[in-house]
Amino acid sequence: MLYQNYIRVLYIDLFTKKIKFENREDLCEYIGGSGVASKIFSELADYGSEPLAPSQPIVFAIGPMSTIFPICTKAVCSFFSPQTGEYGESHAGGRLAMAIRLANIDAIVITGRAQSPVYITIKPDDIIFHDAEPLWRLGVSESGQYMRSMAGAPGNRSIIRIGPAGANCVPTAGINVDTYRHFGRLGAGAVFGSKNLKGLVICGEKDFAIKNPAEYNKLYSEIYDKATKTGLMAKYHELGTPKNVLPLNKINALPSYNLKQSNYEYAANISGEAFAEEVLHRKVSCSGCPIGCIHIGWLRKLFDAGYEYESCGVSYDHELVFSLGSQLGIKNTTGVLNLINETEEMGLDAISCGVILGYMSEALEKGDITLSETIVEVKFGEIDNYLKAINYIANPPNDFYRDIGRGLYNFTARKGGDSYQYALQLGGLEISGYFTGPAHLIGGLTGIRHSHLDNAGYSIDQKLLKDASTLSAKTVAEKIIEEEVIRSVYTSLVICLFAREVYDLETVCRALKVIEINASPDSLKSVSSKILKNKLEIRKKMGFCIDNFPLASRYFETPSPYGLIKKEFTDEIITHYKKLIEQ
Amino acid sequence: MTVIRKLNAPAMSKCILCYSCMLACARLNYRAHSVTRCALKIKTAGGISGKYVADICRSCIDPTCAHVCPTGAMSVKEGGGARLTKSKCIGCRKCVEACKLNYLDFDEELKLPLMCTHCGICVKFCPHGCLEILTENKEGGQ
Ligand code: SF4
Ligand code: SF4
Ligand code: SF4
Repeated sequence: MLYQNYIRVLYIDLFTKKIKFENREDLCEYIGGSGVASKIFSELADYGSEPLAPSQPIVFAIGPMSTIFPICTKAVCSFFSPQTGEYGESHAGGRLAMAIRLANIDAIVITGRAQSPVYITIKPDDIIFHDAEPLWRLGVSESGQYMRSMAGAPGNRSIIRIGPAGANCVPTAGINVDTYRHFGRLGAGAVFGSKNLKGLVICGEKDFAIKNPAEYNKLYSEIYDKATKTGLMAKYHELGTPKNVLPLNKINALPSYNLKQSNYEYAANISGEAFAEEVLHRKVSCSGCPIGCIHIGWLRKLFDAGYEYESCGVSYDHELVFSLGSQLGIKNTTGVLNLINETEEMGLDAISCGVILGYMSEALEKGDITLSETIVEVKFGEIDNYLKAINYIANPPNDFYRDIGRGLYNFTARKGGDSYQYALQLGGLEISGYFTGPAHLIGGLTGIRHSHLDNAGYSIDQKLLKDASTLSAKTVAEKIIEEEVIRSVYTSLVICLFAREVYDLETVCRALKVIEINASPDSLKSVSSKILKNKLEIRKKMGFCIDNFPLASRYFETPSPYGLIKKEFTDEIITHYKKLIEQ
Repeated sequence: MTVIRKLNAPAMSKCILCYSCMLACARLNYRAHSVTRCALKIKTAGGISGKYVADICRSCIDPTCAHVCPTGAMSVKEGGGARLTKSKCIGCRKCVEACKLNYLDFDEELKLPLMCTHCGICVKFCPHGCLEILTENKEGGQ
């Protein structure tokens, strides 16, 4: 809690509908965000039961700097992933961190299962359980509108909720945050579904008086200027992350057609530039960030003859341009927005969903799966059939869709044979839109969230590529761990990772000092190692073992910027990684 | 000669909903970390996908907020708008009720209306140039 020596935790039990607050001094050493959420999760996780057992906790946390300094905008969610069967963690921006701060809370823990569907309003002085039965299977935007008008919580509020996919406990379902952000990955939405929890409305009006105004205002302005005037973050605002599409394509690092290729002949049609010129409608920020990296495209759809159009804003970024674009052979910006919009409404993780559809397209082509299973002919480039298939993943009409909605690792494990050899997952989670080289592969396999953001393997690849001749597997393993430790500092504070160059560790320590927390770059790194260790222990208890996740042969058959990646080399990195982690 | 300053929001279609303006007003005028304590509100009409509007003091030529104030704490400003003298305010909320645009908010803890001073701090912290301070020179002012 800001200016206090404790972390204020709200515990909600859905079964009894009882709540309690605890001010926990012992959690302060875990900083906040990822550190605090994973610590609380480790205390309450029911290691012997299924991920979707009612007893399992789902934890949300913000950090000491959340909305106190610019671009400290994320909230962290920890849970038992129904997709990977191990530790799940996902991060989201939007208004959530600010709303939790204004509600005077640092962390929210939800356990149990409600007897019938509910959503909850959380205010500083009141927690209200609402009947969500009529909303239970509604799409994400409609249920958001209902919650907004019914919860009676005006002003600075955040609304998070699941769509049909979450309600159906599909393990690749996410939780949508406000209108454009998500706890997308690893199946947090299914956890809500399993708890009969449609969503949360969080609001408050708590003010915190600034304690050291002179120092605080000066440092705030310095950071604000660094973020807005030095060009350090300009790329995130201008084209946003889709700026990467063309450069990645040029170096053979843009996966397309289920990574049968690492470049895409229609990349120019769905590049950041194409989106900006054709459909960009506005840019939006998370509360407390002056950058505005959320790019909203305007989707216009003909729904009937006689010029009958419907339209809406859809947020896009590089990951989705890959997963629902190049991965599926989609040739234009409108097509991509159409598919994003459908996954949004269904409340699915848009990255996993697109990668799954790409796999299905190739599998059907090969005859490994049949049309009687897929119901529609999923085929690269065919938008209408993909739209139907997205709906089926969220509302499974048969065993096939039930299985594939559990993610490609689970699907291919069940199917057996060589089916996994072209299933694009790393550590049980579908890949993101980079095929930069070995560090990205092993970074994804080993990362705590199996996310490209855990250790930025893609960036390690690009830096090391400059000197590929002397590249050693040990260096790659070291860099992956080093970066994951550093990033753990940011995800615990919780500073948006896009702002890591604005917040060098010295600046972070100065900011903490102004809000009366003493830290040095070294102390932060050592806390961060401890946090990482705690998470590694959690996943070990859950049975995670790298060896259970062999890399698909596809990764070694398609050229990367390094040419063909050598399997022996990735094996070597894994060996070093294991040794280093043991230490 | 008096310089008259008026906050204006001419370009809200450029707004990115970052709240930097509100945070700046809270921080620098109210020593507050939260957007709940500041003299302007950026609102959404129809949610985040709708229009963004600035709820600011519009410097009325005929400021009802000042007219209804029983103590003269809220007084008519030359050239339009009103000025709050905090020491004279008794927290009766009459100005808040009388504001023609329903702009004015009352801070329950400070027991004061959150009245804009047209200082321009929010303008400086808006990264997108949505806000501005209009200035006018008025001859013969006090
Ligand atoms: S507070 Fe309201 S009534 Fe008073 S000058 Fe401003 S807008 Fe007009
Ligand atoms: S002009 Fe000054 S007082 Fe008025 S809203 Fe802006 S920062 Fe606040
Ligand atoms: S600072 Fe500017 S862009 Fe940000 S919310 Fe205020 S008016 Fe909008």
